[in-house]
Amino acid sequence: MRNTAMNMVHKLATRDERVLYIGSDPGAGTLRAMSKEFPKRHLIEGISEAHIIGMSAGLAMEGFVPYVNTIATFLTRRCYEQVAVDLCLHNLPVRLIANGGGLVYAPLGPTHQAIEDIAIMRALPNMTVVCPCDADEAARLMEQTLDWTGPIYIRLGKGGDAVVSRAEHGFEIGKAILMRPPGDVVMITTGIMLQRALAAADLLAAQGIRAGILHMHTVKPLDTEALLQAIRGTRLVATLEEHVPSGGLGSAVAEALIDKLGSGLPAMLRLSLPDRFMHNYGSQDSLLKKHGLSADAIATSIERALTASHTSYPQLHST
Amino acid sequence: MIQISPHAEAALTCTLDERSLYLRRLVLASVRSAGRGHVGPALSLIEMVRVLYDDVLRIDPNNPRDPARDRAILSKGHGCLALYALLADRGFFPLSELDGFCGPDSILGGHPEYGMVPGVEASTGALGHGLSIGVGLALAARMRERTYRTFVLLGDGEINEGSVWEAAMGAAKHGLDNLVALIDYNKLQSYGPTDYVLPLEPLADKWRSFGFAVQELNGHDVGALRAVLKQVPAVPGKPTAIICHTVKGKGLPVAESNADWHHKNKLTDSELDAIRVAVGDF
Repeated sequence: MRNTAMNMVHKLATRDERVLYIGSDPGAGTLRAMSKEFPKRHLIEGISEAHIIGMSAGLAMEGFVPYVNTIATFLTRRCYEQVAVDLCLHNLPVRLIANGGGLVYAPLGPTHQAIEDIAIMRALPNMTVVCPCDADEAARLMEQTLDWTGPIYIRLGKGGDAVVSRAEHGFEIGKAILMRPPGDVVMITTGIMLQRALAAADLLAAQGIRAGILHMHTVKPLDTEALLQAIRGTRLVATLEEHVPSGGLGSAVAEALIDKLGSGLPAMLRLSLPDRFMHNYGSQDSLLKKHGLSADAIATSIERALTASHTSYPQLHST
Repeated sequence: MIQISPHAEAALTCTLDERSLYLRRLVLASVRSAGRGHVGPALSLIEMVRVLYDDVLRIDPNNPRDPARDRAILSKGHGCLALYALLADRGFFPLSELDGFCGPDSILGGHPEYGMVPGVEASTGALGHGLSIGVGLALAARMRERTYRTFVLLGDGEINEGSVWEAAMGAAKHGLDNLVALIDYNKLQSYGPTDYVLPLEPLADKWRSFGFAVQELNGHDVGALRAVLKQVPAVPGKPTAIICHTVKGKGLPVAESNADWHHKNKLTDSELDAIRVAVGDF
């Protein structure tokens, strides 16, 4: 996913002279081909994220479309005020390509794990937040970033994630993709939780439970219409995210449902990381599993919740 | 023992001409109307902003977004009363707007906002942002082969921020000789003396070591400001830093070098009398 997104920056640069790549201190050879073809538009500016965001704002004010790239935690925590004031307040078309969203950097510990990035980015007015699920979807997303108004936060996974997105579904920033029709439950996913949701849906199907999946690659602006459509007739809405429980996809979905439905809320299950820093290392997969976000654990949690909702909640009716 | 710069001494004794007094009257009338405002930080800036807008910037008040214009960013956004006075006086917006400062329907807030105030290039107020934005503007000029220049006005307290020094390294890396940083070195920040809060000296050497061509002057000396600002870049291939030794609250004895006048709420009758004596009736 990461290589694809990077290569897309080069591809976009060949088409449009407004496109700049701005890295802080990325891995050796990052976008080498672009640096050779467009040396003036391939900028490496040092470990100075606050400055890089401000500089990108200045470049965007003059008509450039900068693609700023570094590790997700440094692109969000370090320079939050610059992102808020220089990018969002001025509503400038700077693209933040965040490597290692979620637990990708599991072995490197909590300084490198972006587990609250969705919350803090989506809290900012004018910011768009997108979490593609695989390389193909990242490519489709990048195609749309050239002319999108305002800043975009792009949360990238590790790379090598199984490709599950499909070209026929198309891609539009802000438009969710229905991957499986809603049944007893509908899972709402973002980023690489889609792969886990698909596997969990198969496990649930084996138990006779029909599980739908709505892939919410864009967390902000949230596709409320698709969400309301997807939850019709289901008994349970389950959100899946590689993120702390505060402020991420689950919060966004809950907020939208409260705003739209008021009192007639569906039974809801929010599956996320716990509200704490991760002090275990291992791998992204092992940490997801440890916190109940493997396909097995997701299926089990949903099964339990459905049993509970059967006794505690009325079934949702079509609206 | 740090040597006191002769420019700093000159700033203390420097007299102000009628235009400088007039601009101060505009600033203080806004403060009187609003019952609030950053007085000290605006009064130290006035000659820097005046010379920029009167004599240096290639700008057209009737076409504030002219692509060929020089860019100026007030990075120390809390000094905005000085900027508003100049912009109004130069015709970017009517002088009557100054009376509405900080009012509910005013375009003029306690910090300048892009899109609200004609002539304001960037929203500032959070410190340590302007020089990086300026680097982006100057780099864009270089890349697009445009001839506009970028001027960034920074406060001395503001350069406590590490991001300023990140930006300084970036400006030097790119050899941005179309970028000028003007530092309002009034030596007094919100709490007290810069030497107490976070010492900056040797300030000129710091900028020099970061790759800037450095000039120092009395920041209230209109002639000296004109001479230096008309000679930028000071050194081809290098960004320029102009350290302007100023006096916080300059021109208003009751406010000069007085931290209590950093931000002022409500002016008393005796303070209004003191202002009239210092700058004339307003």
